[in-house]
Amino acid sequence: MEGATQRFYLKKLNKLEGVYKIARQCTIENNSILLNGEKCFTVEGVSFSEFAKAAYKHFEMDYPKFFKMDNLSKLAFLVSEIILKDIVKSEEELDIALVFANRSSSLDTDVKYQASIADKTSYFPSPAVFVYTLPNICIGEISIRYQLKTENAFFVFDTFPAEFFKNYTESLLTTGKTEKVLCGWTEYFQETYKAVVYLVGEKGTIEHNKQNINTLYNN
Amino acid sequence: MDALKQELKSKIIEVLNLEDVTVADINDDDALFGDGLGLDSIDALELIVLMDKNYGIKLTDPKEGKTIFQSIATMAAYIDANRTK
Repeated sequence: MEGATQRFYLKKLNKLEGVYKIARQCTIENNSILLNGEKCFTVEGVSFSEFAKAAYKHFEMDYPKFFKMDNLSKLAFLVSEIILKDIVKSEEELDIALVFANRSSSLDTDVKYQASIADKTSYFPSPAVFVYTLPNICIGEISIRYQLKTENAFFVFDTFPAEFFKNYTESLLTTGKTEKVLCGWTEYFQETYKAVVYLVGEKGTIEHNKQNINTLYNN
Repeated sequence: MDALKQELKSKIIEVLNLEDVTVADINDDDALFGDGLGLDSIDALELIVLMDKNYGIKLTDPKEGKTIFQSIATMAAYIDANRTK
């Protein structure tokens, strides 16, 4: 999209200020989980894998495939599960698009896979590791979990793209592609991680604008 | 053969990340796919790697897999007859 067309759509999107709201949001970092700004789970002094397993059990997530996922998918799965689990009970078919992004793509798993094929005398590439060497696999896991047949996209940015998230999300909503959008940042690389994910629709408590999206990330 | 079956169960649990499943939970004749342990297609590929890495068996015919990976008992019998290490 270039020039006049881009300006037309941005102007159209700017008129949408206040139309869409953030209904729920979840943050996971430093072995803690915050739901709508309130800390709801924390474990200190353990690795991400141990933390993820503890969170899985604490929130009684009955989904054994979780343990086969790589760390990026575990992070994306946990944050989405905590946001969506109550909604699933009240809606039969979920019309929720997924728009995610991060900085390191699937590099954490890429590095692990590379290590597994580095020694030519012991060359046993793992299919189970290989399947996670793309970042959008994590949103595939969420789609499978909730049987979502909706639009989904995963982007890679240097920094948290609040404006991009806002514009992309609102374009999906205004064009009728979806009723709600689960949107956010799921970054994981070698034990350093941060997930900030939120649900956008016509109902909610926080106005969906760039400032509020940035606030979710920075708080 | 019993020791091999126990070893296989242990390796499968470890390699396939079967959380909350113990060696005692897997019967020798339980189906590995479908209603049994519920393994999927990626797990099948991991089992092929496991056979190669641990027992020196290279499976080249996909049709063979269906028979060999029916259960721990069928896997152990095939390994016992074909292992090179």
